[in-house]
Amino acid sequence: MKPAPFEYHAPDTLEEALELKAQHGDEGKALAGGQSLIPAMNFRVAQPTLLIDLNRIGELRYIRKNGVLHIGAMTQQSHAERDPLVAKHAPLLHEAIPNIAHPQIRNRGTIGGSLAHADPAAELPVVATALNTRFRAQSAKGDRWIEAKAFFAGLFTNSMQPDELLVGIAFPEMAERTGYAFVELARRHGDYAMAGLAALVTLNEEGTIKESRLVYLNVGDGPVDAVTACASLIGKKPGDAAFKEAAQIASQKDMEPFGNLHASADYQRHLSAVLTERALAKAYERVKAA
Amino acid sequence: MASKHPISVTINGKNFEHEVEPRLLLADYIRHDVELTGTHVGCEHGVCGACTILMDGKAVRSCIMLAVQADGHEITTVEGLAESEEKLHPIQQAFWEAHGLQCGFCTPGILMTLVPYLQENKTPSEQDVREAISGNLCRCTGYQHIVDATLLAAKTMQAAK
Ligand SMILES: Cc1cc2nc3c(=O)[nH]c(=O)nc-3n(C[C@H](O)[C@H](O)[C@H](O)COP(=O)(O)OP(=O)(O)OC[C@H]3O[C@@H](n4cnc5c(N)ncnc54)[C@H](O)[C@@H]3O)c2cc1C
Ligand code: FES
Ligand code: FES
Repeated sequence: MKPAPFEYHAPDTLEEALELKAQHGDEGKALAGGQSLIPAMNFRVAQPTLLIDLNRIGELRYIRKNGVLHIGAMTQQSHAERDPLVAKHAPLLHEAIPNIAHPQIRNRGTIGGSLAHADPAAELPVVATALNTRFRAQSAKGDRWIEAKAFFAGLFTNSMQPDELLVGIAFPEMAERTGYAFVELARRHGDYAMAGLAALVTLNEEGTIKESRLVYLNVGDGPVDAVTACASLIGKKPGDAAFKEAAQIASQKDMEPFGNLHASADYQRHLSAVLTERALAKAYERVKAA
Repeated sequence: MASKHPISVTINGKNFEHEVEPRLLLADYIRHDVELTGTHVGCEHGVCGACTILMDGKAVRSCIMLAVQADGHEITTVEGLAESEEKLHPIQQAFWEAHGLQCGFCTPGILMTLVPYLQENKTPSEQDVREAISGNLCRCTGYQHIVDATLLAAKTMQAAK
C-alpha cells in the first residue's frame, strides 16, 4: 500500500527541527532512517500529518570519544558498525549491530531511530539497557539526560515529551575486568530474533563474580533485565554450574514471553536459557583472555 | 492535498527534475515518473529486497524511502549497470552464465545488493555470499545458482584486475 497524505519538512538545522516540534508536538513525527516508520505508513498503521525529516541535519551525525563514547541520534547503523571507536569503546554495541536486519536496512536505519522506536524485539534497546546508556532529549526550551531504565516505557514507547527529539546517546565504558557477549537466534540471518540477550560479567580480583547483567529481547514489552538471575551469580565461581543455574532462573522467573507465530512462550524460555549459558560462557572467556 | 516539492535527482548519470507529493515512494517515482521499470516492487515494507537501488553508492530499499528524500542525491538502478547494450556488467554476465535467475523478478534487487558488496568483499566464501543476499527473497531459484553466479562474478572481477 501507499502512505496517506502528509506535509513534509526537511530542516537543515536542529534548531529549526525543534521549532517545528514545539509547534506541532506529537502531530509532527520525526523521520530518521524511516526503516520502521515508512513501512508502518505504507500499511497505514501510522498516519502522521506532518513529517520532520532529520536526515539533512549534519550536526546529529557523529561518533566521538569525549570522556565516554557519544553517538549522534542520526548516525546510520552501518556507519557505527564500521567505526573503530565503537569497536574499541562499546564492543557490545559493535557485536550487536550486525544482527539488525540486513545491510540495506542498516545503510538507512539510525542508532537513534532504533532506540526511540523501542521495539521489544530490537537489539539496540537491550544493549543500551545493559550498558546503562544515557539519552539526551532536547526541545526548543532546553535539554536533559534520561537513563536507559527510564527511557524505555513499554511497547514501542519512550519517555520523551511531544516537543522533544532524541539528539544523542552516551555509552559508558564497561567496568574493569568485564566480559561481554551479544547472542541471539533468528530463523534467518537478519530476521527479528526469536530470543536473544546481552550479557556482561564483571569479576573480582580473585576471580569470583562481582556482578553481572543479563538483558533480553522479545520476552516482554521492552528490554527485560534479569535481576534475580544476576543476583544469583554474585560471589559465585564462574563456570558451567553457575551459568546453568542463572539461565534457569532468568528463563523461569525473570521473563514473561508472549510467544509468537514462530516460537511459543515455552520455546522462547527454552531458547533464552540456552542462549544465556552461551552468552555467559563467551563473556567469561573474554574477561579471562583480557 | 499535501503541497508538492520540487526535486532534482541524478539517476544513472542523468539529471531529472520533478514536482512530487511527499508521500510518493522513491520506488514508485523511479518506476512511474522516470519510467525506469527495472527496479521491482514486491512487498513495499522493506522485507523482500526487490526494490534495492544504490543511493550515493550504497544499497538501500527504495520502497521505504520517499522520493523527496532523494533530492540532491545520486541514484543508480539496474539500468545503470551495463556499459552498453552489448556489454553487460561482470555481475550480470556471471548471472547469465551461471543461471543466476529464472523469472528475474528478484534479480535487479540482488544485483544492486551485490555491486557494492563485491566492491568491499573481493573474495567472499559461499557462506559470506549467502549472508550478503539474506535480505533478498527469490521464489524461483532456491538460491544455489545465485550463490554460484556471485562466486563466479567475484572470480572474473578479480581476474580482470
Ligand atoms: C525488513 C526489516 C527488518 C528489520 N529487522 C530488524 C531487526 O532485526 N532488529 C531491529 O532492531 N530492527 C530491525 N528493523 C528496524 C530497523 O532497525 C529500523 O532502522 C529501526 O527500528 C528504526 O530506525 P530508523 O532510523 O529507521 O527510524 P524511523 O523508522 O525513521 O523512526 C522510528 C520511530 O522513531 C521515531 N524517531 C526516530 N528518530 C527520532 C529522534 N531522533 N527523536 C525522536 N523520535 C525519533 C520516529 O518518529 C518513529 O516513530 C528492520 C526493518 C526492516 C524494514
Ligand atoms: S519492495 Fe522494497 S523490500 Fe520489498
Ligand atoms: S528468479 Fe524468480 S524470484 Fe528470483
